[in-house]
Amino acid sequence: MTSLQDFLAGSKKAIPIVLGYLPLGFAYGALASIAGINLPYILMMSILVFAGSGQFITVSMLAAGAGAFSIILTVFLVNLRHLLMSASLSTYLQKFPRKVLPLISFWLTDESFALATGELQEGEKNHFFLLGLFGTAYLGWVIGGGLGGIFGGLFNSSRAAYTMEYALYAMFIFLLVIQLKQKKFIFAAACAGSLSLLFYLLVPGSWYIIMATVATATLGVMVEKWKGLL
Amino acid sequence: MERLTLVILGCAVVTFLPRFLPMYILTRLKIPKVVVAWLSYIPVAVLAALVVPGIMAPEHKINLTFTNAYFIAAFPAFFIAWRTKNMLLTVVGGMAVVFLLQYL
Repeated sequence: MTSLQDFLAGSKKAIPIVLGYLPLGFAYGALASIAGINLPYILMMSILVFAGSGQFITVSMLAAGAGAFSIILTVFLVNLRHLLMSASLSTYLQKFPRKVLPLISFWLTDESFALATGELQEGEKNHFFLLGLFGTAYLGWVIGGGLGGIFGGLFNSSRAAYTMEYALYAMFIFLLVIQLKQKKFIFAAACAGSLSLLFYLLVPGSWYIIMATVATATLGVMVEKWKGLL
Repeated sequence: MERLTLVILGCAVVTFLPRFLPMYILTRLKIPKVVVAWLSYIPVAVLAALVVPGIMAPEHKINLTFTNAYFIAAFPAFFIAWRTKNMLLTVVGGMAVVFLLQYL
């Protein structure tokens, strides 16, 4: 296969993500425009940040009048989860040219990670495939956000906003469900969900996601060690 | 610099670094088996950790009644995701249930 064919093959695999990103991006753009953010900034955020949950959180904190530092810190904490995905994906990218790693990592999202992991587990893929996959998803996200920014004003009601905010959770539910292929991951999801809820209610701030995730992964490895699997 | 531009640039930097640094450093090193096993739990764990508080305690209080549309809509969303493996259907289905529940 030529590099272009690989790129297009990856691009084609991104279609399900794009179909999810268009409405989700639209919801982000619409919520942002309802919050009074102008189109160039709505686009700039999608182009430079490219993180669904981070952008939703930024919009709601801006609307609530939060300070710049607290917004940036919250987004940092929420997006710290990519640290773990980036590390996990690196196991498949040992042979990639190093100069493409900044772009591939910039395009790393929950969705592209989940899809790429599945593809890379099935068989070896080169960097053109991954760039096609990630780049197409990125384009879908930016376009969706732009459309939301332009037409979002038509959906200016609290019911519509409440509904659009659900797009994020529905997407996370989807990504979770498709990964529950092994019993150990079902246990891990139950464990992480319970811990996260507990920490969310008991620990102030945004640390609950990271605490629950790290605790669950550590417990999982301890159980595997104890069973003699590692 | 305008505050909104500062927020966006700040968010861009703090989002990029955790995405980039592990990949850049770890592709140079051989990763121990136990670390790979640990990392394999991350995707499922982080997604569950994001979803559960958001749908079960949306206003920082546990609410598992019909007044919490986010919780109720999680069931059809879960079911659609499981049966169809289709992201768009899951998102649209979940949002439709949330929308309709507000009129009950």
